[in-house]
Amino acid sequence: MAAATAAAHVGARTLLIEREEALGGVLDQCIHPGFGLHRYREDLTGPEFAHRLVGELAASGAEVWTGSTALELGPSRPVARVVGTAGLVRVRAQAVVWAAGAWERPVGALLIPGTRPAGVFTAGLAQRFVNIHGLIPGRRALVLGSGDIGLIMARRLYLEGIEVVGVLELRPFPGGLLRNVVQCLHDFGIQLRLSHTVSTLHGRDRLTGVTVVEVDEHGRPIVGSEEHIEVDTLILSVGLIPETRKIEPWVSLDPINGGADVDGWFRTRIPWLFSAGNAVAVFDLVDTVARVGERAGLAAARHARGDLPVGETVPLVREGNVGHLVPTSLVPGVATTLFVRARGPLPRARVEVGPGVVSRLHVGVRPAEMVEVDLSPEETTKLASLPEARVEVRPA
Amino acid sequence: MTKAIVCVACPVGCEVAAEVVGGEVTRVSGNRCPQGEVYARQEAVEPLRVLATSVKLVDGARPLVSVRTDRPVPLRLIPELTAHIRTLSVCAPAEVGQALSHDLLGTGADLVATRSMPRAAPR
Repeated sequence: MAAATAAAHVGARTLLIEREEALGGVLDQCIHPGFGLHRYREDLTGPEFAHRLVGELAASGAEVWTGSTALELGPSRPVARVVGTAGLVRVRAQAVVWAAGAWERPVGALLIPGTRPAGVFTAGLAQRFVNIHGLIPGRRALVLGSGDIGLIMARRLYLEGIEVVGVLELRPFPGGLLRNVVQCLHDFGIQLRLSHTVSTLHGRDRLTGVTVVEVDEHGRPIVGSEEHIEVDTLILSVGLIPETRKIEPWVSLDPINGGADVDGWFRTRIPWLFSAGNAVAVFDLVDTVARVGERAGLAAARHARGDLPVGETVPLVREGNVGHLVPTSLVPGVATTLFVRARGPLPRARVEVGPGVVSRLHVGVRPAEMVEVDLSPEETTKLASLPEARVEVRPA
Repeated sequence: MTKAIVCVACPVGCEVAAEVVGGEVTRVSGNRCPQGEVYARQEAVEPLRVLATSVKLVDGARPLVSVRTDRPVPLRLIPELTAHIRTLSVCAPAEVGQALSHDLLGTGADLVATRSMPRAAPR
């Protein structure tokens, strides 16, 4: 929505294609507050944040097709085959922004030994059941993974009268925002067990329990630490994966972000194809997703009117302790905000881009919260002159 | 008595200690900025939170409409408030921002819809 609004604002004839009946994606079911603190300087719930964006989109004049999806896109020209309420149509454009979000890593991806009973839900699915359909997934639940949706769902299930026996996290630090650890777990006395995971599922038709195990610093189970916990519900919050299905044959993907390689304009290696939001890399805040969406929409509009030449880009190289990194390359002479995710927590960290071009000190760096580094046009030009532009987060 | 508080006013997450004597905060330490002191002073005596949940919608396009309190309410009342809201039901349609219930359990907070929800389409 932010990309379409931004493109329409600068005069591009813009069409937004949405698969669901309502706009806003997962915001619809994220009924908790915590959204909009940066963008609107207000604490909004997900539906309220979406409502604001829908208003901005409507005012921009962009056309919207809901209940529609692109069956094919490109690859040689910006043409999509779209199916929706109008049947199957061909849509020709000058530029495309791929902003299809992300999906939840499912239980099948975890290779947990044991049976495959009912009662195992991804956190987003459980959220949809509880918040949209008014259905309770079970009576006694364990949450695996301390990502934000997992923490939010631990609180939500607790308040809806389900016994929440705890949240397990494989890593030695929480996966979600500190605010959520405090306000979802501490507030209600829900236990967070770090360096723990589920090693076996039990139950024939319905989950009857899980084996929980402690892991060492390499994430390997510690023999003898097994413990049986009786639950009928397991909620998984074990990561989101950018949606790239329609574009992945044509673009290059960043193996760590999971989404397309993009430059400072959020342009993929196909000049007319841009990508934004969680389809590029999973961001922490919807405020940030909207902000990068605007930039991608603006760039796509400029490309459409022939105002964004294709030039040399400078790939960024990750050094140790850098996980997600957006964008993955720079356009020399273009001011760019880098989003950098540290792999491990650091009380004081130095973020260095260069070597020797930008060096900034950050306090309280956590993997759950990306660090933003603003690069000026001069700095991106300077980085382009180096044999290799590297990004590093190290203890300070 | 000293209360240990993790400040969430910003992402730094200072571990703040608040000295409480007879229900009054006498000293705050460990915070790196003035926001931490403001946060800890409230948090030590009466933590406040906005409650977001959903309420039953009669004849709505969906069975529920999402709601929130229009102001922060005491954290200690949140389980009770959630249980109370679960007993309520309102008639469709609901409009975003519409107050659906007033002065919840005497807190002074109203319950407002966070999205619009039309009536169910006639069959």
